[in-house]
Amino acid sequence: ASQNKTKQNKTPKPVVPAKPSHVAPHSSRGSALLGYIGIDTIIEQMRKKTMKTGFDFNIMVVGQSGLGKSTLVNTLFKSQVSRRTTSWSRDEKIPKTVEIKSVSHVIEEGGVKMKLTVVDTPGFGDQINNENCWEPISKYINEQYEKFLKEEVNIARKKRIPDTRVHCCLYFISPTGHSLRQLDIEFMKHLSRVVNIIPVIAKSDTLTLDEKTEFKQRVRKELEACGIECYPQKEFDEDMEDKSDNDKIREAMPFAVVGSDKEYQVNGKRVLGRKTAWGVVEVENPNHCEFSLLRDFMIRSHLQDLKEVTHNIHYETYRAKRLNDNGGLHPITSSGQDTQESNL
Amino acid sequence: MPLSLPAGICSSLRHLFIHRSVEQLDLNQQKNLEAYVGFANLPNQVYRKSVKRGFEFTLMVVGESGLGKSTLINSLFLTDLYSPEYPGPSNRIKKTVQVEQSKVLIKEGGVQLLLTIVDTPGFGDAVDNSNCWQPVIDHIDSKFEDYLNAESRVNRRLMPDSRVHCCLYFIAPSGHGLKPLDIEFMKRLHEKVNIIPLIAKADTLTPEECQQFKKQIMREIQEHKIKMYEFPETDDEEESKLVKKIKDRLPLAVVGSNTIIEVNGKRVRGRQYPWGVAEVENGEHCDFTILRNMLIRTHMQDLKDVTNNVHYENYRSRKLAAVTYNGADNNKNKGQLTKSPLAQMEEERREHVTKMKKMEMEMEQVFEMKVKEKIQKLKDSEAELQRRHEQMRKNLEAQHKELEEKRRQLEEEKVSWEAQQRILEQQKLDASRTLEKNKKKKIF
Repeated sequence: ASQNKTKQNKTPKPVVPAKPSHVAPHSSRGSALLGYIGIDTIIEQMRKKTMKTGFDFNIMVVGQSGLGKSTLVNTLFKSQVSRRTTSWSRDEKIPKTVEIKSVSHVIEEGGVKMKLTVVDTPGFGDQINNENCWEPISKYINEQYEKFLKEEVNIARKKRIPDTRVHCCLYFISPTGHSLRQLDIEFMKHLSRVVNIIPVIAKSDTLTLDEKTEFKQRVRKELEACGIECYPQKEFDEDMEDKSDNDKIREAMPFAVVGSDKEYQVNGKRVLGRKTAWGVVEVENPNHCEFSLLRDFMIRSHLQDLKEVTHNIHYETYRAKRLNDNGGLHPITSSGQDTQESNL
Repeated sequence: MPLSLPAGICSSLRHLFIHRSVEQLDLNQQKNLEAYVGFANLPNQVYRKSVKRGFEFTLMVVGESGLGKSTLINSLFLTDLYSPEYPGPSNRIKKTVQVEQSKVLIKEGGVQLLLTIVDTPGFGDAVDNSNCWQPVIDHIDSKFEDYLNAESRVNRRLMPDSRVHCCLYFIAPSGHGLKPLDIEFMKRLHEKVNIIPLIAKADTLTPEECQQFKKQIMREIQEHKIKMYEFPETDDEEESKLVKKIKDRLPLAVVGSNTIIEVNGKRVRGRQYPWGVAEVENGEHCDFTILRNMLIRTHMQDLKDVTNNVHYENYRSRKLAAVTYNGADNNKNKGQLTKSPLAQMEEERREHVTKMKKMEMEMEQVFEMKVKEKIQKLKDSEAELQRRHEQMRKNLEAQHKELEEKRRQLEEEKVSWEAQQRILEQQKLDASRTLEKNKKKKIF
C-alpha cells in the first residue's frame, strides 16, 4: 500500500471508483483499492433482478368529478390506463356515497414491467352534504395496510407479499383562483399522516400566469397554516442533497397541470394538447403548464422514494399502532387465518 | 238653411255616429287617417317620462366561490363594482351563506339605471351544503313582501321596485353535467325568479367539450323539469331569428375580464395565456356578447315584466290565500280565490259557529261519560263495603260460637270436678265412720 501511495502523490484520489462492470478493469492507477473487486456490480445485479420481478405501484386519485383526474392519469402513463368516466353520455349518475374503484394494468418500458394500479374515488365531494366523505377513502387505505400486516405476520410467509398499499395520493384542487375549499383542507388534514399526498391544481389552463403564481402562494400558505405536510415531507429529508432537491420541489408545489390524450400539430411537431379557439395548450411545454415537472418528479426521480416512505413510515406507523392497541400479536398460521382473525 | 243645434246635442250626435262606426269595424280593417293626428308621438311621451324617472334593475348572482361572478359583473356593466377599496365577497371567506346587496347608479345617453347586484358569498362552499339555498329564497320572498306591502299602502306614490328581476346561476365547467347542488337549487327557485344558467370560466373547455357539456346540461334541465327564463315569442322576423340563435346556444358559456390586451393591433378585453388570448367579446370564443345583449339591450324590460306578472303574482296569490284561511286546508284555496273578502268572512264565521257547536256537543258527551264513571265507582265501593261488613259479622259470630263452646266445656269440667269432690268427701266420711265403729268394737 505504501508503494502505491508514493506513486499517487501527484494525482488526486477519487473517493469512489466508478467503473462499470463491463469495462475491463484498468490497473490500480487512480484507485484506492489494490485491484478492481467489482462491488459496484451489485447495482447491475439489482437491476437485473428488478427487471425480472417487476414492481408494483399504486396511485390514488381524489377530487370532485369533472376535474380531469382520469385524463391526467392517462396522460401520465401515456396509455388508456384509466377508463374515462366522461364519454359524454353520463350513463352512470354521480354515486350517492364515495365508491372506491381500482383498476390494474401491467405496463412495460425498456424491459421493466410495472403493475400499475389506479384507485379512483367517484362521488368524492359531489354531494350536497359532504360530511365525512373522506372516511371511505381512509378506510380503504387502512384496509390495505391491514392486508399487508396480516401477510407479514404469517408464520408461513409468501416470498413476495403483494403490495396493494397506496403509495401516492394525487389530490386535485379546483382552480378557483382564490384559496382552498373547506373540503380540501379537511381531507388533507385527515389523510396527510396516513398516505403521501401530492396536491395538484387541476385544469390549470383556466388560470393566467399571474393568477397561477398567486393561487399557488396562497395554497402553500394555507397548507402551512393548517399544519398539513404533503409529500415530500420535510422531516424525512435525509441529507443536504435531498433537502435542496426537495426544497426546490416544495417551492413549485402544488403543480398546476393540464391533462390531454389528444395530439395536435404545432409548428410541425405533434404534441399532446388541448385545442381552443385562441391557441393550443401544450401539455408537455413547461411554459404552458407543469405537467412535465409532475411527471418527472413522480416517476423519473421519486417513484422509489414514494414507495419507501409508504413502507418505512406510514406503514410502520400503522403497524405500531395496531400492535400497541392489541398488546401483542399472535402469529397466524396460514390455515387458521380466518378463525384467528379476532386475535389481531 | 242648416239647423243650428245646441252644441251639446251636436257632440252627443257625433258620439252616436262614432260609436256606430266603431261597431262596424273589423279587426283587420284599419282606418287610414286623412290627416296627421299626432298620437304616433305617444311612445316618445312614454319614453321621455321613463327617462326622467330612471330605471331600476336587480340582478342576483349565485354560484360557488371562484367561478368568476364578480369579474363577470364588472365586465357586463363596464364598471368596477368590486374594486380594491371595496373588495368583493370573493376575498372574504364565509362560513355561512350570506346575501349581500350592492347598488350602483349608471348613466348612459341621458338614461339612468339604478343597478342592484345581489351576491351570495358562501354558497356551496361549506362541507355540508344542505339548505344553503334557504337564505336566497328568504331574500327573494322578503323583497316580494316589501313590494306587496308597498302596493297595499294607502299612500303609494313612491314605490321602489327592489324585487329580484333576474338570477344568473353559475355552473362550474366540469364538462360532465350538473351537480346535485345545482339541480336542487334550480328546482327550488325556478318558480320564484327568472333563472338564467351560465357556464362559468368557459375558457376551460374546448369547443367540442363545450358543445357536449351544453347538450348534457339541457338534457338534465329538461329531465328535472326546471323552468329557465324563456324568451318571448315575437312576430318580428328579425327578432325571432335572434331569439332562435340565442336558444341554440343555451346555456351561455361566458368568460369575464376587464383587462385590455392588444391583439393584432386591436385593443380588446381578454385573458392572456402563454398560448393565446381568450377574447371576451369574440363570439367564437365565448357567449359573453350574447349574454350582454340579451340581458341589457333587448330583454331587460321583459325580465322585469315576467317578474312582475308571473313570479310576483304567484307569490301574491299564495300569500293572500294563506292569510285569509289561517293555514286551513289549502286545497280549497284554488277555487275560492275569486270570492270577495266579505263572503270569505261570512264563511269563516259560519264555520266558526259550527265548530263551536260541535265542540259543545263533544264536551257534553265527555261530561256524561265522566258522571257515569263516577257513579259506577261509587256503587262499586259501596258493594265492597257491604261485603266486608258481612264478612266481619261472620267472623264475629264464629268467634262467639267458639267461646260458647269453651264455656260449656269449662262448665262440664267444673261439674265433673265437683262430682268427684263429693265422692271423695263421701268416701272420707265413710272411712271415718268405719274407723269409729272399729274403735267402739275394740273397747268392748
